Amino acid sequence: MAGNTNNSVALNVKNLSVFFGKNHAVKNVTLDIAACAVTAIIGPSGCGKSTFLRALNRMHELNPEARMEGEIKLFGDDIYSRGVQPVVVRRRVGMVFQKSNPFPTMSIVDNVTVGLRLNGLRDRKILAERTEQSLRMAALWDEVKDRLHAPAISLSGGQQQRLCIARALAVQPEVLLMDEPASALDPLATAKIEDLIIDLKRNYTIVIVTHNMQQAARASDFTAFFYLGELVEFGPTTKIFTSPSEKRTEDYVTGRFG
Amino acid sequence: MTAPNHSWRQFKDVLMQAVTLACAILVVTPLVLVFYHIIREGFGAINWAFFTQLPPGPGESGGGMANAIVGTLILMVLAPIVGVPVGVLGGVFLSEYGGSRLNWCIRFAADVLNGVPSIVWGLVVYGLMVLALAAPFHGTVQSVDTTKQLVTVQDQAGTSHTFEVNANTRLNAGGKNQLDALTTGSDVLIWYHGTPDGPVADRVSPVGLWGLFLTVLIHLHNSVSGFSVLAGGVVLGFMMIPLVMRTTDEVLQLVPAGYREASLALGISKWRTIMQIVIRTALKGIVTGALLALARIAGETAPLIFTAYGNNGWTHKLTEPIEALPLQIYIFATGPYENWHRLAWAGALILLLMVLFVNIGARFLTRDRFKNKI
Repeated sequence: MAGNTNNSVALNVKNLSVFFGKNHAVKNVTLDIAACAVTAIIGPSGCGKSTFLRALNRMHELNPEARMEGEIKLFGDDIYSRGVQPVVVRRRVGMVFQKSNPFPTMSIVDNVTVGLRLNGLRDRKILAERTEQSLRMAALWDEVKDRLHAPAISLSGGQQQRLCIARALAVQPEVLLMDEPASALDPLATAKIEDLIIDLKRNYTIVIVTHNMQQAARASDFTAFFYLGELVEFGPTTKIFTSPSEKRTEDYVTGRFG
Repeated sequence: MTAPNHSWRQFKDVLMQAVTLACAILVVTPLVLVFYHIIREGFGAINWAFFTQLPPGPGESGGGMANAIVGTLILMVLAPIVGVPVGVLGGVFLSEYGGSRLNWCIRFAADVLNGVPSIVWGLVVYGLMVLALAAPFHGTVQSVDTTKQLVTVQDQAGTSHTFEVNANTRLNAGGKNQLDALTTGSDVLIWYHGTPDGPVADRVSPVGLWGLFLTVLIHLHNSVSGFSVLAGGVVLGFMMIPLVMRTTDEVLQLVPAGYREASLALGISKWRTIMQIVIRTALKGIVTGALLALARIAGETAPLIFTAYGNNGWTHKLTEPIEALPLQIYIFATGPYENWHRLAWAGALILLLMVLFVNIGARFLTRDRFKNKI
């Protein structure tokens, strides 16, 4: 994995604007996302934080009306330059969604290895290795190791979400994007996901969108506050939550609006 | 309001309920009666001979519908081969690709096609395949030899041709199609079973890929008689396309967007996502749609009249006419013999059971589908 030393920059976002038709969803955002750290993105609903996240691996392009301006560099490579396929970007920048979505027709192990198999990897030994490795990283191995061939939808909600994380990790991305990964889970399952996020940052760069202030404060190293499509404030999490420079940030993190 | 008014309203309420119930019973009654009669009349006529023997000739006893049963089964295999791949891929386009305006037009066209009368489908394939494979010979009857089964016909250019009228020759002169009904001087159209270089008066010459396909077909078999198994399979397959396309489109849209996103976010290409994730998730629904379409076309009669045509014996080549249950039922039910009527009832029962079987298969899959919430 490239550039996995602390303090280096994983994603370099410069003057990013995203439009959906006439709607200007993300407005001229510039920020650097540190490698091997957790960056939280907070803000009220509709502030463009999910769109920003999806622009980081070009998932926003699934909307045919989407258009972007600016520049995003992933460890120095421009992910929007001509000739770069979105498929290649998404292999390097994985994503976990709000609603857990394991493939219902597949077993647990098939879910973990699907990204590898459908990209042409056939070697059973490597697939088995990656399965165990990814499930261990997602803190799910001990719970499922005896029933790897059971249907993925037989797992509980929290387990399903960790399975989705294992599935994303199996293709060995450099960055993992998480869009409110715990918002549909109970507190216990949420705590497990948060522990997992803190664990994962040893090897991965993580960007997480969350509505949960405590989650951002607990799990992240850096926090970006978005409001109405603009990046209001970005800095170390402790600073954002204890002494923000902007009045709007303070109002939001203390629960006065949003 | 006042009390009398109230009871009048109550009366109307009960009355309307009774009327709707009566209508509901009226709908179900014929269905029950049809089933009752077909089972009562048909069941007694079903025996081993029915499944193993060829149809009896006029006035003969015994016999069966072996060739018609096999023919219908063959058509039920050929039709999906033609209809399902095109229908499913068309449905994939509607659900996964295409702009909303283009898709609106395609969906509208598919719905219109679903409503096209089956006789029109038959005409289309008659033109595309039957006339193109072996154009009927058009001429004037010069002489008829009923003992040797020969008819001599003069074409527009003035040349005379003699045709042997056998099981594979069809003719039509002013609506009559028996040799002894022809009179000298009448116009006749003859579909003969012959070789590609036999006398052909006005062959339709298809061009492009379709023409190439037909030419290859003709020369592979070196014998053509226009009406064919293939034409029957193609017409039924064409009728399946819009049905399969719309059901595929609908079940694919039921697959939650989250599965597509999850797959694409793993760096899996769109085409693989569709084939391995989306279609796999909706597979039962797609198969159910195809089975329902198959049940819908299994009993079609009109389009087969001028494509598969019917055949008193066995069919050995894809370019020969083939018998089908609906065609045989029509001929026997309208014939003058008690034995034929008996066989027609049995044929109707078997056809009904075949359609029912396919329908039950489809329902069985659907039941499972809801268990998995897709």
